[in-house]
Amino acid sequence: MSVATIIEKCRADNRAALIGYLPVGFPSVEGSIAAMKVLVESGVDIVEIGVPYSDPVMDGPVIQDAAVRALAAGVHLTDIFTAAREVSAAGAGALVMTYWNPVLRYGVERFAADLAAAGGSGLITPDLIPDEGRDWIAAADAHDLDKVFLVAPSSTPERLEAVTAQCRGFVYATAVMGVTGARATVGEAADALVSRTREHTDLPVCVGVGVSTGDQAAEVGRYADGVIVGSALVRCLTEAQSEAQGLEALGALARELADGVRRSRS
Amino acid sequence: MTTTSSVPAYGRFGGFGGRYVPEALIPALEQLEEVWRKAVVDPEFVGELDRLHRTYTGRPSIITEVPRFAEHCGGARVILKREDLNHTGSHKINNVLGQALLTKRMGKTRVIAETGAGQHGVATATAAALLGLECVVYMGRKDTERQALNVARMRLLGATVVPVDNGSKTLKDAVNEAFRDWVANVATTHYVLGTVTGPHPFPEMVRDFHRIIGVEARQQVLDLVGRLPDAVLACVGGGSNAIGIFHRFIDDRSVRLIGFEAGGEGVASGKHAARFSAGIPGVLHGAFTYVMQDDDGQTVESHSVSAGLDYPSVGPEHAHLLESGRAEYRPVTDDEAMEAFSLLSRTEGILPAIESAHALAGAMKVGRELGRDAVLLVNLSGRGDKDVHTAAEWFGLIGDDGSPRLPDDDGAKGMGEQQ
Repeated sequence: MSVATIIEKCRADNRAALIGYLPVGFPSVEGSIAAMKVLVESGVDIVEIGVPYSDPVMDGPVIQDAAVRALAAGVHLTDIFTAAREVSAAGAGALVMTYWNPVLRYGVERFAADLAAAGGSGLITPDLIPDEGRDWIAAADAHDLDKVFLVAPSSTPERLEAVTAQCRGFVYATAVMGVTGARATVGEAADALVSRTREHTDLPVCVGVGVSTGDQAAEVGRYADGVIVGSALVRCLTEAQSEAQGLEALGALARELADGVRRSRS
Repeated sequence: MTTTSSVPAYGRFGGFGGRYVPEALIPALEQLEEVWRKAVVDPEFVGELDRLHRTYTGRPSIITEVPRFAEHCGGARVILKREDLNHTGSHKINNVLGQALLTKRMGKTRVIAETGAGQHGVATATAAALLGLECVVYMGRKDTERQALNVARMRLLGATVVPVDNGSKTLKDAVNEAFRDWVANVATTHYVLGTVTGPHPFPEMVRDFHRIIGVEARQQVLDLVGRLPDAVLACVGGGSNAIGIFHRFIDDRSVRLIGFEAGGEGVASGKHAARFSAGIPGVLHGAFTYVMQDDDGQTVESHSVSAGLDYPSVGPEHAHLLESGRAEYRPVTDDEAMEAFSLLSRTEGILPAIESAHALAGAMKVGRELGRDAVLLVNLSGRGDKDVHTAAEWFGLIGDDGSPRLPDDDGAKGMGEQQ
């Protein structure tokens, strides 16, 4: 099922969707899935299941650190299928966020088939632009999967047109120029980018990179169809003294963010 | 199949290459390509780069025939292309001057670079000083330690050197960090990528800036021996010096093109950077090419005595030259490279970079295969001053504390006293 359906439902409730990122495999595969379920119970609409990768050029220190530790703990690519199955069973949308090489190594068509079979909705691809994504686009279309490509404040109108034309599910607008990580302010660039993107597509436009508090979620939720939070959630787990404490902090932040998107348009 | 507006072969060498980067960087890559393509047909740009080559770098670099070294190469004639004599001590300056001039044309004021051995970082810091650009160089922590002298050189030239503590703390992690900087600062910053990989147009552009190596060398060899060489040899890390000397010879079908990768402690040991022996096609740092990776597509850490060859991927055009059969690639171990390092130093009075010593070790093998009538052209891509510490440790010339060990010391076996 496309996550667009979930975002539509949120829109009918006059609010933005809340999309939460966690990498599979940190602190363990089971631990990460438990954390994803906490997100769902705390009001997250769509879980962005991250694939830990050795060379994450779009990620800041928090997500890099979690990826390194997940890989050291022995996570494998196929663990995301387990996570997708569990997240989807828990009632949330399950989107996988991955750098391209792991999918390429697994086989693009085989990956799409297995993701669809696991109940995953599709992929967010931070280092795959549609121009290089012919195989993925074909496989996603064949297996009825979402294709979430990114747009950035630097994107020209030509790029916005070309990229949004290939998206399904939503368009991922990176709020600021830079890697993932909490920012004190998300800034006007995000609002402007959402407006510019809407000139080229009717798809939902969700904003990521930099959001870490309920107030920021409320602010972004005023103009975006979805608010994407990553590093701030991951930090709850990486900085925790114990798994239980990590899950508690994670749930509290997720509830704060969920409250933020619910009060932003009232 | 649904396709976008792009042409399938755009920015590709056969099936290799492409542009696998975050969307945020695409406009910068488009701008770079546009400015570069205009510049190379603009007499003003071409004239300025040519002037810098002659009056700053010291081009054309000479060739040197090395008969005493050649006695160890099966008696074949061995001719070195002396890129080590360029200003800053390696071929890297060719590319850097070109990209620094383009940076000015794009109206950007800051350059960033990755460096492994430090040669590209030093060259970038040099060009930045010359043209008044702010310069930040990312370097793996492990490399800052084994190339401490080059760190000091960059800082003396006014650059900021940022040690990178992520991952394997070597060249690949320095590239990751440079990309992260670039995404955040692309409006004011140009990423002076130091080799022939990365997203289009870097592999093609960097190659063209280095192509002068082969253009000069081909004529110089013709003038010296009256015919083309039988083989052109070069070390291959990312592959910039190799493609620079190979490219002019690609249409000379009688000339074998042979690249030498870092075989480290041997391909069987797993501790190496022999991408064409043990890698498989995949994506790293923006290009589809050969990558050392595991079954999950995670990059595998490379290993080499040479920081400049210690990289788990390789330029996409080399992948194409391999698959099309036009070039061949072989591994050279740390031991073989250091033996060649020692030999060239003692027989010819030329201290090569350890990177270039891999090509020299290759010449020793290929010369023995081809025999006395063969003419080998070897790209001596850099000088070995930066490697004196590493070599001194390797050959036991200094103790653990860095103090000299003289021949009467117990256990000292200096490279000069081996035979």
